[in-house]
Amino acid sequence: MRKDQKKIAVINYGAGNLGSVVNALNRLGYQPLVTDSVFEVLKADAVFLPGVGAAGDTMKGLEAIGMADAVKKLVAYRRPLFAICVGLQVLLSSTEEGGHYPCLDIIPGEVKKLPAGLKIPHMGWNQVKQVMSHPVFTDIPDNTNFYFVHSYYAHPTDKSVVAGVTEYGLEFCSMIIRDNLFATQFHPEKSGEPGLKMYSNFLKIASL
Amino acid sequence: MLTKRIIPCLDVTAGRVVKGTSFTNLRDAGDPVEQAAFYYQEGADELVFLDIGATPEARDTMVEVVRKVSKQVFVPLCVGGGLRSISDMRRMLLAGADKVSINTAAVHKPELLKEGAAIFGRQCMVLAVDAKRIRGKDKAGWEVCTHGGRRPTGIDALEWIKQAVEMGAGEILLTSWDADGHQAGYDNELNRAVSEMVNVPVIASGGAGTLEHLYEALAVGKADAVLAASIFHYREYSIKQVKEYLAGRGIPIRS
Repeated sequence: MRKDQKKIAVINYGAGNLGSVVNALNRLGYQPLVTDSVFEVLKADAVFLPGVGAAGDTMKGLEAIGMADAVKKLVAYRRPLFAICVGLQVLLSSTEEGGHYPCLDIIPGEVKKLPAGLKIPHMGWNQVKQVMSHPVFTDIPDNTNFYFVHSYYAHPTDKSVVAGVTEYGLEFCSMIIRDNLFATQFHPEKSGEPGLKMYSNFLKIASL
Repeated sequence: MLTKRIIPCLDVTAGRVVKGTSFTNLRDAGDPVEQAAFYYQEGADELVFLDIGATPEARDTMVEVVRKVSKQVFVPLCVGGGLRSISDMRRMLLAGADKVSINTAAVHKPELLKEGAAIFGRQCMVLAVDAKRIRGKDKAGWEVCTHGGRRPTGIDALEWIKQAVEMGAGEILLTSWDADGHQAGYDNELNRAVSEMVNVPVIASGGAGTLEHLYEALAVGKADAVLAASIFHYREYSIKQVKEYLAGRGIPIRS
């Protein structure tokens, strides 16, 4: 099947730098649909949930367009979903950011602030140690550097969903995989060729 | 471990990369889109574009440059030079920039940092500071220069940076006015003073001429990243060479 006959949706909830995710997918030869329509997202073959900014604003943005429930449905139906940065954080039960803010509760656990003493945000290239063997890491060596920019990190209760860990003052979960749900604290679209490779592996897993 | 970033800087005016000494005597150094793609392939950790023309026409050209670059370069892009308002910043971010740097406008209107941080997140807000040495009676200090380094303000650079971080700056792009363009080394007293004072990353800029200079800015100046223009533009060193050298001297680097 030709790439353009299958559909990739990039969720647009009025925040986040969607452009760089779209540019990365274009580079891989895909033409994603940037959309705020629940209908389009639910019928897509693969979905990207980008994120930049605060988790509370992201939750509000998703709820305002009915997308919070749509994301829960995608996960329940095991549809291929890739969540990035704050997109990963909102999958957890709640976040400390802005006090205590309830999130999607798809992955039980909490989002916490990075420990004091180091420069915040954690900004730059850091290694992702692969703690799960998975085809999404095909041709991506263990401890490859990816680009991070964040002040909070996910702390899932169930450690079996942790696919990658990174060290910054403490060892935190930098990647989550559960069934067809993939989520990274880092930005693959800003992580050079290994980042593009990860998107390409994900889309292969999604049969695109 | 978080690695130190190596950042080539492209000074752009009217759609061309240029390079000068202490902000003057500009020479043509190529096409920005081609240069950016080249640095990306070489392993640059991030790219900074500074629009030094900063006229309204030049800004339109810059938006186009950013749009083209972001389609083929998959590392963070920071754009600065002449950005005066939230809408100027938004335009660059929508075109594909990940961060915007502001300098003169922030000095005139520090609330821009606060507003920008609230709208785009503080990780987007880079404060660019051109710091010029002043010789005091007791110790050396620095004052802020605005307007592309042409106008000394008398404002204490360290005080200003501290205030700007409180307002919402998420990163400091710190250029030594005295060292810039001379390729005789960074002002590491300045780099260290700022890096130890603030809790956000500091990019050291101005003065790189040798590999040792880059090492010193990171090891002595305690910077989180080094920015350089001339040594990369004229192919004195490749990014790969820089990275191999720094890694050899024990600096954590993305290979």
